[in-house]
Amino acid sequence: MSTERLAVRKTYKLYVGGGFPRSESGRSYPVTAVSGGFLANAARASRKDARDAVVAARKAFPGWSGATAYNRGQVLYRVAELLEGRRAQFADEVRAAEGLTRKDAAAVVDAAVDRLVWYAGWADKITQITGAANPVAGPYFNLSTSEPTGVVCALAPRESSLLGLISVVAPVVITGNTAVVAASETGPLPAVSLGEVLATSDVPGGVVNVLTGRTAEIAPALAAHMDVNGLDLAGAPGDLARELETAATHNLKRVLRPCAEDWAAEPGLTRLTHWLETKTVWHPVGT
Amino acid sequence: MTGSSSGSGTSRALGYAPAPESRSVVDIAPSYGLFIDGEFTEPADGGTFKTVNPATEEVLCEVSEAGAGDVDRAVRAARRAYERTWSRLPGSERAKYLFRIARILQERAREFAVLETLDNGKPIKESRDVDVPLSAAWFFYYAGWADKLRHATGGLPAHPLGVVGQVIPWNFPLMMLAWKVAPALACGNTVVLKPAETTPLTALLFADVCRQAELPPGVVNIVTGAGETGRAVAGHPGVDKIAFTGSTEVGKAIARQVAGTGKPVTLELGGKAANIVFDDAAVDQAVEGVVSGIFFNQGHVCCAGSRLLVQESVHEEVLAALRRRLTTLRLGDPMDKNTDIGAINSAGQLARVRELADAGEAEGAQRWSPACELPGQGYWFPPTVFTGVSQAHRIAREEIFGPVLSVLTFRTAEEAVEKANNTPYGLSAGVWTEKGSRALWTAARLRAGVVWTNTYNRFDPASPFGGYKESGYGREGGRHGLDAYLAPDGPDRRGHLGSGTGPGPGAVLEDFR
Amino acid sequence: MTAPLTGLDPGVIDPGAVEDLISSDASLRRFLHGLPGVDQVGVEARSAALATRSVKTTAKARAIDLAVRMIDLTTLEGADTPGKVRSLCAKARRPDPADPTTPQVAAVCVYPDLVPVAVEALDGSPVQVASVATAFPAGRAALPVKLADTADAVAAGAHEVDMVIDRGAFLSGRYLHVYDEIRAVKDVCAGAHLKVILETGELATYDNVRRASWLAMLAGGDFIKTSTGKVSPAATLPVTLVMLEAVRDYREATGRQVGVKPAGGIRTTKDALRHLVQVGETAGEDWLDPRWFRLGASSLLNDLLMQRAKAASGRYSGPDYVSLD
Repeated sequence: MSTERLAVRKTYKLYVGGGFPRSESGRSYPVTAVSGGFLANAARASRKDARDAVVAARKAFPGWSGATAYNRGQVLYRVAELLEGRRAQFADEVRAAEGLTRKDAAAVVDAAVDRLVWYAGWADKITQITGAANPVAGPYFNLSTSEPTGVVCALAPRESSLLGLISVVAPVVITGNTAVVAASETGPLPAVSLGEVLATSDVPGGVVNVLTGRTAEIAPALAAHMDVNGLDLAGAPGDLARELETAATHNLKRVLRPCAEDWAAEPGLTRLTHWLETKTVWHPVGT
Repeated sequence: MTGSSSGSGTSRALGYAPAPESRSVVDIAPSYGLFIDGEFTEPADGGTFKTVNPATEEVLCEVSEAGAGDVDRAVRAARRAYERTWSRLPGSERAKYLFRIARILQERAREFAVLETLDNGKPIKESRDVDVPLSAAWFFYYAGWADKLRHATGGLPAHPLGVVGQVIPWNFPLMMLAWKVAPALACGNTVVLKPAETTPLTALLFADVCRQAELPPGVVNIVTGAGETGRAVAGHPGVDKIAFTGSTEVGKAIARQVAGTGKPVTLELGGKAANIVFDDAAVDQAVEGVVSGIFFNQGHVCCAGSRLLVQESVHEEVLAALRRRLTTLRLGDPMDKNTDIGAINSAGQLARVRELADAGEAEGAQRWSPACELPGQGYWFPPTVFTGVSQAHRIAREEIFGPVLSVLTFRTAEEAVEKANNTPYGLSAGVWTEKGSRALWTAARLRAGVVWTNTYNRFDPASPFGGYKESGYGREGGRHGLDAYLAPDGPDRRGHLGSGTGPGPGAVLEDFR
Repeated sequence: MTAPLTGLDPGVIDPGAVEDLISSDASLRRFLHGLPGVDQVGVEARSAALATRSVKTTAKARAIDLAVRMIDLTTLEGADTPGKVRSLCAKARRPDPADPTTPQVAAVCVYPDLVPVAVEALDGSPVQVASVATAFPAGRAALPVKLADTADAVAAGAHEVDMVIDRGAFLSGRYLHVYDEIRAVKDVCAGAHLKVILETGELATYDNVRRASWLAMLAGGDFIKTSTGKVSPAATLPVTLVMLEAVRDYREATGRQVGVKPAGGIRTTKDALRHLVQVGETAGEDWLDPRWFRLGASSLLNDLLMQRAKAASGRYSGPDYVSLD
């Protein structure tokens, strides 16, 4: 007699500093499909996990921001290539997380891949859009250029587990920032799998760090962390957003406030430029 | 150091006799109301305060203190002006108003310079040669943008934000007004501006400029007052955007106040800038830059080069040259055309500078000032240099906002950058080296919004200015300065428009049609 | 200060150190190019800032008299004659016949062949006779000719010699050649004061002005002078500023004080006062003396006299009230 083969389940862990730790708290929480069935136990990150992720992101910042824009574009494009190769897996996960049809889930994955490609192309162009040669009234060379803000923490959209996630993370890292992203609380599995893609890609460890767990638990720690420079509240629950924005003022983080987004639409430049600082350099001109 | 009024002068052989600018060019009224809807009006609660000349402690006049009701009147006037006139005007017409203002500022330059020096305590040569000309230049620059805005956004349609609340500091009263008002008006917004409590007079004189320019009533409203008035402006639900320049502490308070409202905010805050002198620097110009970096405007400059980082191999030489140079600085009557160092702006600021300088001594740094006689009246502090300072000292970490320089040393470029960036601030930095590749290497690594290489404290309306980290966000100056006063059309990503008011019916800029 | 001279006891010239410097073009070049650079924009901004100093009333009156006392009253024309020189000497002795309190100028500056005329005309007065020499203004002659030119002037009684450096040699990096020429002229000068004209208008950069200043001082020049007056630009405020920094630094390194003379293009009282302000605030008051600072000029004197008369009378003067010599 033959029995159906028992599936080997995946353990969904955090992705921090290029490794896959469990939560230091030893906690997990059950993730269910929209239909209600059990999918997996995801790691439930603690405040200390959040802190570790920020440390990893800070550590990765000098190398990543110092890489050439061309290189960052190549690295992100490579992520798109890898994602393309695992479309089936991601489509399954997105379908379970978001309750989409097989076809719609596949379209979301395709859009996510295309989104990565779109952002990858911006790496060595955005500073040409945002920069300026300034004609000052004196014998000075004066140039404004864009630089990454630093460590950016993002609360990924709750409802868009992959496309939304990539839409907030890609602009952060393509501009040279490093990211800590809190995955959709209800649909975290595509985010963890994305971590696995990143780990096998050329993205250096620590450039993207993925936390899963309770947004209300993780987010305040990230929002108040004094070594974080930016905060994307895309996935912040409405009642939490004000509290998080207030916490972010302690070190004047750049905050992207939550608002209704159509993640399928072309993103525009806001998410890119929001994580850039303008630096203006003066130099005298003489002999 | 020589008192410019002493007549003993720089040398036995030459010396400068007193050369005071005449104050007869300005008429200061005994009291001023609030400039709302094109008229000076009395404050609703009748509150007043006095503004003094910090160089003499002489009371210059009484100024109204705007309460919440007055701020509300101003916001309503600004709203009416926004909806009925200003946002409906073609950009080319707004431009002409701004050009008019620029011209009037030039025509009345001397009046503004004298008034600024009387109210602020800064040397007349600085108000005359820096503050006032740059203020006029700011209006000229942004006047030209008013009918070209679609080119500034890369062709993407955008609209003004509405009523802008602006709160400005006392260190460059007129210039900060110009930095705020010019781009806001160019983009089609109307303004409620609160000047600093200790320096309201040039803003009030600017009201007269608005009248001479026949600016429509309500486009610019000026509400004088202290912190409470500023909070009323920032917290008013009819204000669509806040622009603030001042301390990091107040900037954070404003950010907290605005959190959750969806109002956009730009903040230009404090700094603790490093001025890095490498061993191959053009020493004489570097010393000059260090001096102007920290002693310009009595060090009341957010981007002041308050930390000198000097390479150990030239430490002695640079310090000797610096001390020698400081002995030629002339402290005294701000109205004297030869004065280099004027008065500290207020008793409160003087107390803070004294406290931090005393802390520097208590923590073991060596304090030095050139021989210097301070006037008996007014608020004065001598140019002061601390050597033997370490990164842990308060005088190396806290913004002093006074004529106090902390000197630290470094051995390698990496160490210089590490020390320069070791601060929560990130407004500006200076680099002095004759080696181009090192200048660029260093500039690229400094986490600061403005990097002056082989120069310092240069400002220009075409050049973006603003900070990283706790020095605030947003840029003033240049094309980048327009971003603070425009919102892209379409679904508003960051809830830019507060209180559901949004742009009025005429608010889509003509230029974008 | 600079690497090769550090370690010297303050105020003491170490002949060994200078010997090392002049052992070759290469070593001299290493030294001169090791001097701190000069940023053009920075030095011009500093000069412009100092030019806003306001020198008024009593300070102005004192400064005008000081400027008169610093003048090297100059005529250097192909058309110069004994008569012209005598007339200039009379002006030098008594600049304003109407006002005997007017100080005398420092010197009269002429071509070598007219030195005897000037010496005779100034006999008994403290006004010095300065002579240009060394194939002025181009300096394009063989060294023996330059030395003979100098010797002639000194023999005729010149108290001061204004030589020109070989700018061609300097610009092509033959610093030792320039050094040797200055030394040779200095030797011929005997007791006469040697002013070394750098002709800064041909040196192109402030870095070169600083290097040429140090070269001239190392070679023994008593003064460094900007210009012949035959090349434009002549004395500019920033050029003088760089030279004032050089003499200040040189004295700090070696203990020897060297004078500075801007020449050419200084025509108005305002120009002169701006130079004096720079002297006071850069080199210091030790240089605010005709022994250490001179103004090479001709028309400047009359403008100073008109301003002086205005200060005394309260009325603006006019060219009819000063002598044209």
